[in-house]
Amino acid sequence: MHELPVTESILKIVTEHAAEAGAKKVMSIDVVIGELSSFIDDTIQFYFDILSPGTLAEGAKLNFKRINTRFRCRKCGQEFEPEGQNWLCPNCGALGGDVIAGKEFYVDSIEVE
Amino acid sequence: MCEGHDHTHATVQNPLSENKDRRVPVVQNILNANDRAAAENRQHLEEHNITAINIMSSPGSGKTTLLMATIKAMGENGSIGVIEGDVASQVDADKIAETQTPVVQINTGGGCHLDAPMVHSALHALPLDEIKLLFIENVGNLICPVSFDLGQSWKVALISVPEGHDKPYKYPGIFEAVDVVVVTKADLMPYMDFELDTFKELVHGLNPNAPVLVLSAKTGEGMDSWVKWLEEHRV
Repeated sequence: MHELPVTESILKIVTEHAAEAGAKKVMSIDVVIGELSSFIDDTIQFYFDILSPGTLAEGAKLNFKRINTRFRCRKCGQEFEPEGQNWLCPNCGALGGDVIAGKEFYVDSIEVE
Repeated sequence: MCEGHDHTHATVQNPLSENKDRRVPVVQNILNANDRAAAENRQHLEEHNITAINIMSSPGSGKTTLLMATIKAMGENGSIGVIEGDVASQVDADKIAETQTPVVQINTGGGCHLDAPMVHSALHALPLDEIKLLFIENVGNLICPVSFDLGQSWKVALISVPEGHDKPYKYPGIFEAVDVVVVTKADLMPYMDFELDTFKELVHGLNPNAPVLVLSAKTGEGMDSWVKWLEEHRV
């Protein structure tokens, strides 16, 4: 339900950067979404197609790169991806760790012409 | 392929290419606008020496009941104010208002979380000079509120005993993000299969520094640990 304001924000970031780069048209937009952030790709594209007509980004394709949650073990430093109810470090067996990936939510780059 | 190699491809233009398409690096946080509004809220609250607590949990885990018990426990010394966030209705704000505590209700109209601009508007509707401890009761939801900074001083997650001890596996984001976790409805512990030790282990696996407090706002059991935490964390 919060994808509409988020999509408005993406469109604003994209059109500002496209204008700055002197672009005539935005072809595609790369967005990075971590597993722990609460945003749904299809819904963002849906709103984007409604909001973008008449802007530099009209018709642009959104490419979403999903980032899995990643822990760094606090005991031995091993990095690993937790799976479901398995949060044990594969190296030393400690539970959990510092979250080092999975919270991303940013526009990475745009392709323009 | 190493990242450096990718980077070279992305930034060096091939002079022989007929293709006019170019890639422009952006790398900008999509929630920037919210984060800026949150920073303004934070500054505004600091100027008024207000400690703001963002309370997040599922619907029905006892946020409003805990607030009512907290207002009662802290009495006039609390100088408490409340912002109530709900999708619809004034039910919660009406309950708080009965205690003569300043309160503002935000209705998100379907929105699943509070954001910083909503809290900004609410701040202007409160007598900030009379408030020292501001509770912001977020919309009941374990997922979305976590992504939106409100400008709070501290974040609290509530989880009630009937919800089960395995919630950190399902919703790791909230337990990783908060400063303290409060287990509510502790009076139901004898009737439920809530494994408190397992729950604490999971929370601390994600967030080793967050204390896990256990209380019942109904019986008053454990309320002292929560009030103590608040006293230690207010300006």
